[in-house]
Amino acid sequence: MSSPALVRHPEYSMPVTAIAEAGPAPAVTPPATPPSFGTLALRWYRLNQGRLRATAIGIASLLAFLLVWHLLTTYRVVFFVRFTNVPSPLAVYASFSKAIHDPKFLMHILLSCRRIFIGFSLAAIIGVPLGLIMGRFKLVHEIIFPVAEVLRPIPAIAWVPMAIMLWPTNEQSIVFITFLGSFFPILVNTLHGMSLVDPVLVRAAQCLGARERSIFREVYFPASLPHIFTGLTVGMGVAWVSLIAAEMISGQYGIGYFTWEAYSLVQYADIALGMIAIGVLGLGSSLLIRGAGQLVMPWRST
Amino acid sequence: MSEVLANTSKGHIEVRNFSLAYETIEGPVQAVTDTQIHVRPGEFVSIVGPSGCGKSTLLNAVAGFLKPTTGIVTVDGERVNGPSAERGMVFQQYSLFPWKTVRENVEFGLKMRGMPRSQRERAARTLLGLAGLEAFEKHYPEKLSGGMKQRVGIVRALATGPKVLLLDEPFGALDAQTRVIMQQILTNMWQRLKISVLFVTHDIDEAIFLSDRVYCMTARPGSIKAEIPIPLERPRQQSMMMSSEFLALRRGLMSLIREESLKAMGGEINDMGMQGLNIELHGHSLADVI
Ligand SMILES: Nc1ncnc2c1ncn2[C@@H]1O[C@H](COP(=O)(O)OP(=O)(O)OP(=O)(O)O)[C@@H](O)[C@H]1O
Ligand SMILES: [Mg+2]
Repeated sequence: MSSPALVRHPEYSMPVTAIAEAGPAPAVTPPATPPSFGTLALRWYRLNQGRLRATAIGIASLLAFLLVWHLLTTYRVVFFVRFTNVPSPLAVYASFSKAIHDPKFLMHILLSCRRIFIGFSLAAIIGVPLGLIMGRFKLVHEIIFPVAEVLRPIPAIAWVPMAIMLWPTNEQSIVFITFLGSFFPILVNTLHGMSLVDPVLVRAAQCLGARERSIFREVYFPASLPHIFTGLTVGMGVAWVSLIAAEMISGQYGIGYFTWEAYSLVQYADIALGMIAIGVLGLGSSLLIRGAGQLVMPWRST
Repeated sequence: MSEVLANTSKGHIEVRNFSLAYETIEGPVQAVTDTQIHVRPGEFVSIVGPSGCGKSTLLNAVAGFLKPTTGIVTVDGERVNGPSAERGMVFQQYSLFPWKTVRENVEFGLKMRGMPRSQRERAARTLLGLAGLEAFEKHYPEKLSGGMKQRVGIVRALATGPKVLLLDEPFGALDAQTRVIMQQILTNMWQRLKISVLFVTHDIDEAIFLSDRVYCMTARPGSIKAEIPIPLERPRQQSMMMSSEFLALRRGLMSLIREESLKAMGGEINDMGMQGLNIELHGHSLADVI
């Protein structure tokens, strides 16, 4: 560039350099103007067509469900099933708008959430490490597995009377039931994950100099994570089932108790409100777990 | 990179009076018997042989995953009794950690050795650059093609500066074109690092093209049937595969292996009966036909 020829004969050498530099450029670089909003929108629409369709159908089907519910209750249909006393969607909505300003309703919900949080967390904190250790050490597996297999088929709800005897307070026994419900799915799935760890990966780690402890942390644990999260998702579902049953039987607070009390007090709209609240809470907690799973396992999200 | 791969001793593999039997319900299965092999420091040695003859068994014993029933495996005079980072291994199934990015996979051995993070990151980047993979350092293995996965596998095994590299049919799952490129990459790395390589393959061309020496194994129970020096000059070009020298070596190895493969399949073929196979022998022996 700093050659004397260039300086002395700019009119001669300039076109040459210009061609050399500009020649291949247009073929490589994309057009300088950004695509218009319309093109972008169209492209986005094409890419997400499937998902948009699914969302639209989903919304339509939910609306249809509400409409059928509304019709069945306003005309008090009796056809094998009796809709005479079933609250209409509007009645439930009315009781919902009242309930969200009612500290008592919020307290029911908060108490249920707290029980789930404590019971489920305990189950995860005990179940996951126990499953990992059982999967790695035969002796621990041989000692604990038979006991687990005997206790596992007993539904958590069947533990209610025993739990009341075991624990000094009602609150503790309900948390215990929740814990039991989620513990076994978590343990079993963790064990399953451990049994599926690819032995070639363990070998690969070994001939890169990994010792027992590192292999556990760097291979067995991450390899089992997908199954651990399956266990947590299933466990969360069973935790809610067990919690609601326990609250209906022996509770004084909680969303399960609220629903049952509504029946005793002949507040039919509150029954449906309680049911919907339980559904929403269950959905929310399983979404939380799925989100946590995506955070912890970035290699699995596409 | 030289600090990562610094490697004064060069990895002399010796396998003496080796035999290995697997314990099964039906009794011991003799996989390999009476085998002697060695790899000199910096040498590239391949093992070929019919399916099931015990190639993987032998290699896994050198890696330290299997204990010989009789005999001894040493590397630089030290007895092998367990896997170690001194003997890098590349597996046919890639065996990358799916939960680690490409760079984290390569870093793994250095991490196990306690190298500080920033240092091993730098080392891994350098190595990935050599293999033309720096653009993929943040990718997870799942997203890579087979050839790229295996390049990462090789780089990962080399990152800790092992004395020897063991490869068990590393390119067996790759298509022909990718295979050829991978062979070149492996040759380059080997020549640069001057480590000893023990390479197991089904592919005779591959064995001749890559190796200084080739061991040919007998059908199970496997032992060494022949040891063939490959005097082709280096660096080797793809065009050499057409040379008369190469083709002569190929013919020789081919007939050795065919004999053994027929022995390995012999029982099955007799059981099925020749009519079942629809093979007209026309007075030739079975070996000529297949
Ligand atoms: N764990 C085992 N238990 C019993 N027998 C085994 C075991 N592993 C391998 N074998 C047998 O030992 C023999 C040698 O196996 P090996 O895997 O070493 O053969 P190979 O030469 O690597 O075969 P391939 O070319 O198919 O990879 C085979 O006949 C196999 O059936
Ligand atoms: Mg094999």
